[in-house]
Amino acid sequence: MFTSGPMIASLILSFTDYSIIQTTHGVGWANYHDALHDPYVRTAMRNTLIYTLISVPLHVIVALYLASLLARVGRGGGFFRTAFYLPQMSPTVVTGILYLLIFNGSFGVLNAGLRVLHIRGPFWTTDPTWVKPGLALMISVWGVGASVVIFLAALKGVPQHLYEAAAMDGASKWRRFRDVTLPMISPAIFFVVIINTIAGLQTFDQVYTAFFNQSTPYGTNASLMYAIYIFQQAFTFFKFGYASALAWILFLVIGVITAVQIVASRRFVYYEGQR
Amino acid sequence: MSSGFATPTPAQGSAQPLPAALPIAPRRRWYRPPAGGLSRIAYYTMLTFCTFLFVYPFVWAVSNSLKTRDDFFDHQTRLVPHPFQWSNYSDVFNGVEGQLYKAAFGTWIWNSLWISVLAAVTVTVSSSLVAFGFAYFRFPLRNFFFGCVLATMMLPGVVTLVPTYLLWNKLHFTGPGTFLFLSKNQYPLWAPNLFGSAFYIFLMRQFFLGIPRELFEASRMDGDNYWTMFWRIAAPLARPAMIVTFIFEFKASWTELQKAIVYLRSDKTFTVPRGLKNLLDLYGPSAGGHGDYQVIVAATVLSTLPMIIIFFLGQRYFVEGIATQGRKG
Repeated sequence: MFTSGPMIASLILSFTDYSIIQTTHGVGWANYHDALHDPYVRTAMRNTLIYTLISVPLHVIVALYLASLLARVGRGGGFFRTAFYLPQMSPTVVTGILYLLIFNGSFGVLNAGLRVLHIRGPFWTTDPTWVKPGLALMISVWGVGASVVIFLAALKGVPQHLYEAAAMDGASKWRRFRDVTLPMISPAIFFVVIINTIAGLQTFDQVYTAFFNQSTPYGTNASLMYAIYIFQQAFTFFKFGYASALAWILFLVIGVITAVQIVASRRFVYYEGQR
Repeated sequence: MSSGFATPTPAQGSAQPLPAALPIAPRRRWYRPPAGGLSRIAYYTMLTFCTFLFVYPFVWAVSNSLKTRDDFFDHQTRLVPHPFQWSNYSDVFNGVEGQLYKAAFGTWIWNSLWISVLAAVTVTVSSSLVAFGFAYFRFPLRNFFFGCVLATMMLPGVVTLVPTYLLWNKLHFTGPGTFLFLSKNQYPLWAPNLFGSAFYIFLMRQFFLGIPRELFEASRMDGDNYWTMFWRIAAPLARPAMIVTFIFEFKASWTELQKAIVYLRSDKTFTVPRGLKNLLDLYGPSAGGHGDYQVIVAATVLSTLPMIIIFFLGQRYFVEGIATQGRKG
């Protein structure tokens, strides 16, 4: 209830030119109209969507792979599970700083490592095409720990007899994974996808740390995330009305994407005891 | 899994059926492929390699926090610093020679510490009270209100950021000054927790529902009122859920950046993340600093360390908390 008040306030604000300093007027749909024609909004939205599209599948695949490795080794997995979860404890600012230094094109250790393998690494933090994959690796893939725990719990819940039956039918390893494991853990996958999509669309901390400060309010074009743009409009330029409109657009986008995912999930997600 | 957690039973008419694939089940035999020793070794090799990649950034940070500035830029692949420059850590507190800006890192750690403890304590108490209300009492529209609480969990934080700021601004908490001995600017970082938080309310309600109602009826017979019933029966039994809430919120509060940037103005009031961001901005070459990254990295090690300690102290609670999150889906 403490949240729904501000939410409604935000909706009202989005139709005004509220800025603390000047008197406030209702401006109707002008904020929304401006947002649709603001080139920065378009850049920010594109960046955010691209980032989310890269990071979510990577996240799910890596988490699933690590979880199935852990499930295979059984009890001895505790140590490894801890190792995979540990990055979750890193404060987001620290992740942003580590990203900036490790992924640096000229002196970063990642490219130094790639050079050993005779691969010329790209300038991760400055080359527009490589900014978002790099961020996805550092933020989403490195922070895969919670999803590994969720998948591991799900994998442990798959009844052994299903595998035995499949093996009896001569199903290959891949078929057993595709036709037994995947459907049985699909609720967990669905959950991880939803949560990470929402988080991806709101990415702020790490990117803000790495690319933005008071003197560079627009950062670099390739790293301008939507949540950061809202933040700048509100707290650097004090356009609270406009920022509220932008926030509501993001809210709607998240709502639509989540709804689409839920509808799609009816086809792919299998709940036990439901026909 | 740990024994402290009873699997909560879903309430009648709870929002969604819980997916059956996820409960913390009684220990089942894990699926093991009929494999020989060789493929077992392959799994362990693969796991070790992945572990190396995941832990590497931490190792990197510790290693580079002990390098000299030249070493930092010239010898990135070298893990063992040569020579060891321990003074980087004292530089975090005392400032780097030739740098105008002297970080108040000790103050930041202190601020983060008390804010995080306060945030965690308030959210644990308030959320458990609200959750107890939802679990024990039957009142009209209960499920509707509980749905409202859950809905706030889906809200993007940025939507509420602006109006919440304006609210604090109306209350004159965004300017300088103190209120009840504490800097006004720091209130927005913990005070909203007095109203509870959706995920924790959900977590704790599920837990309370798992407590047999007879226990409460018995305590009523013993002359307990609702208040003593909560403190004598419900709270002690729900300790595992409360610990989960406490450490999750402590971590969330310790790592919080966005609100800290919005509300904290002077560097005496900064929390650790806000301070780190400041250090990065001021020491970075773009701001005219010398790029003393070895000191910044030392500061990141210092600010991550408490989280690592918390994690090892409460590892099983983290795993339980995450599993609950998964089950809710």
